[in-house]
Amino acid sequence: MARPVTSITRFNMTALALGLAFLYLPIVILVIYSFNASRLVTVWGGWSLRWYQEFFNDRAMLEAAWMSLSVAAVSATLATLLGTLAAIGLARGERFHGRALFSGMLYSPLVMPEVISGLSLLLMFVAFSIERGFWTVTIAHTTLTMCFVTVVVQSRLVTLDRSLEEAAMDLGCDPVRAFLLVTLPQIAPAIVAGWMLAFVLSLDDVVIASFTTGPGSATLPIRIYSEVRLGVKPEINAICTLVIALIAVIIVVASFASKLSNARGENAAPL
Amino acid sequence: MPLLRIEGVAKSFGNFRAVDTFSLDIRAGEFFALLGPSGCGKTTLLRMLAGFETPDEGRILLGGNDIAHVLPHERPVNMMFQNYALFPHLSVRDNIAFGLRRAGMPRAEIATRVAEMVALVRLEGMEKRKPDQLSGGQRQRVALARSLARRPQVLLLDEPLAALDKKLRESTQGELMELQRRLGMTFIIVTHDQEEAMTMAGRIGVMDAGRLVQVATPRNLYEAPATRWIAGFVGDINLFDGQVIASGHSRLTVSTAEAGTLTVSELWPPVTKNVVSVAIRPEKVKLSRRAPANGEGDAQTINRLDGVVADVNYLGGVTTYKVRLESGAILRASMANTARLDVDAYLAGQRVVAWFTADDCLVLEQ
Repeated sequence: MARPVTSITRFNMTALALGLAFLYLPIVILVIYSFNASRLVTVWGGWSLRWYQEFFNDRAMLEAAWMSLSVAAVSATLATLLGTLAAIGLARGERFHGRALFSGMLYSPLVMPEVISGLSLLLMFVAFSIERGFWTVTIAHTTLTMCFVTVVVQSRLVTLDRSLEEAAMDLGCDPVRAFLLVTLPQIAPAIVAGWMLAFVLSLDDVVIASFTTGPGSATLPIRIYSEVRLGVKPEINAICTLVIALIAVIIVVASFASKLSNARGENAAPL
Repeated sequence: MPLLRIEGVAKSFGNFRAVDTFSLDIRAGEFFALLGPSGCGKTTLLRMLAGFETPDEGRILLGGNDIAHVLPHERPVNMMFQNYALFPHLSVRDNIAFGLRRAGMPRAEIATRVAEMVALVRLEGMEKRKPDQLSGGQRQRVALARSLARRPQVLLLDEPLAALDKKLRESTQGELMELQRRLGMTFIIVTHDQEEAMTMAGRIGVMDAGRLVQVATPRNLYEAPATRWIAGFVGDINLFDGQVIASGHSRLTVSTAEAGTLTVSELWPPVTKNVVSVAIRPEKVKLSRRAPANGEGDAQTINRLDGVVADVNYLGGVTTYKVRLESGAILRASMANTARLDVDAYLAGQRVVAWFTADDCLVLEQ
């Protein structure tokens, strides 16, 4: 029996407030201190945008930020392409031999400790004497984030009515065109959500990037990490606040995209 | 030469033989129904005609060409799906135009054809709506228009009315028949609903366990079922097992344990076995308070059974009775309620005489 929705009690409110505080208080403090006028991170010296200005004048930081964004964009795009193809193979393909093994191997980066993935990639790049830099980080991030795209896209594909594709073929589409004209528009929101997830994952990865990056191609998290080891400047707070803002925007957009995807899924369902 | 000839087609899924050496000819312009219980292979057969499954054996000849291994998009056949499979991201107009665009038809011609189709299924003013803004009946009509737009040689319909409520289903049955007559197109419909098949189709093929067991007009299917199974599957029937004890003058005398000795007319082809079942449809059984006078029909050919009304079900148009015979067996009878007042109704517990003529009985081999 479903109980009627109870009104919010004092106890619920307190629990909710404590929970949210536990999650977001550190971030709130970080954001507030990014507007600190003082040179010292822990001493409040009044409101100021000085550290944001500092960041936009810091060439090395800007380069790292640009590096991070381009790695994230390129690796997310590659991961989306490969991840979507893998999802199609798993959801639509005939029952090929080794299918279970393939899907298990595909999802292994989800549970593999990042140190191990990073180290193994580093060893591979060294073994093939590939110079480390932008492309090695990008490839590493593609292998990390691809499985997330596969999970998102596959879950949409399996709920998609198979007869839509058959109807397209019945009406004169070869299988490729049936996919492009009918299936792709149906799973597009899931693909967009998958891309954004991959982008965010790449943007905040330190471990794998630190193994696979080379001199002069540090990503923003690595740059921040190395700066912090020399002492925290309020400029770091400003950068982190910007990154948080970017990620928040992406998450909101992604959740709208997946909501749209689910709504379409319901409409496509038989009566 | 029939338009469509299915020749010894078989299809297995693993160890399960879904369609088993199936042969059937379908003429151009025919409305044909494939009727069978769920899991009998009728949908698999339809999917082989559409090209979504390839037969393991046999040929499918359309206008003399074997299309058994032709891909779905290269067949001059279209299918209307059970759940309609409308493209949710496209409007009604784009759904209907979808197949025409793929065929490379010029724009102006597409517009004309779509307008024609929209008018045909009476969806004027709905062209810009998306499928989720339509009612169930409207979606059904969009699906129909979309599958008719390419003017296929054969239209396949997979349980096209299953998702509609009863009233809408009845009116849509009429519309489908009218449309098929007007277009002169060949329709093959798959259904598990015998009433639907009988209403719409010119011929019905009954399938059981992957095989075609009888092809007949609705009347012949109902009045002269080929086997005991079909007799029980199509409509309601009373069956009494017994043995032939005498024959002659195209009459058989059958001794049954449950209904005593019955006289029945012999059908063509004659029964070859001694052990048979006598079948009688409930509406052919008449009830009366007294035994019918000999003047009523030929006394020789009337079977009379004494019994007690055990159960009465008033259904509006008809009333069904269960009569307990002296042997304890139940005989079902149904009578049309031709009068508004219940002057000719029987009550539970009442003694009645159930009677039927020899011509109304069927003899089926067991």
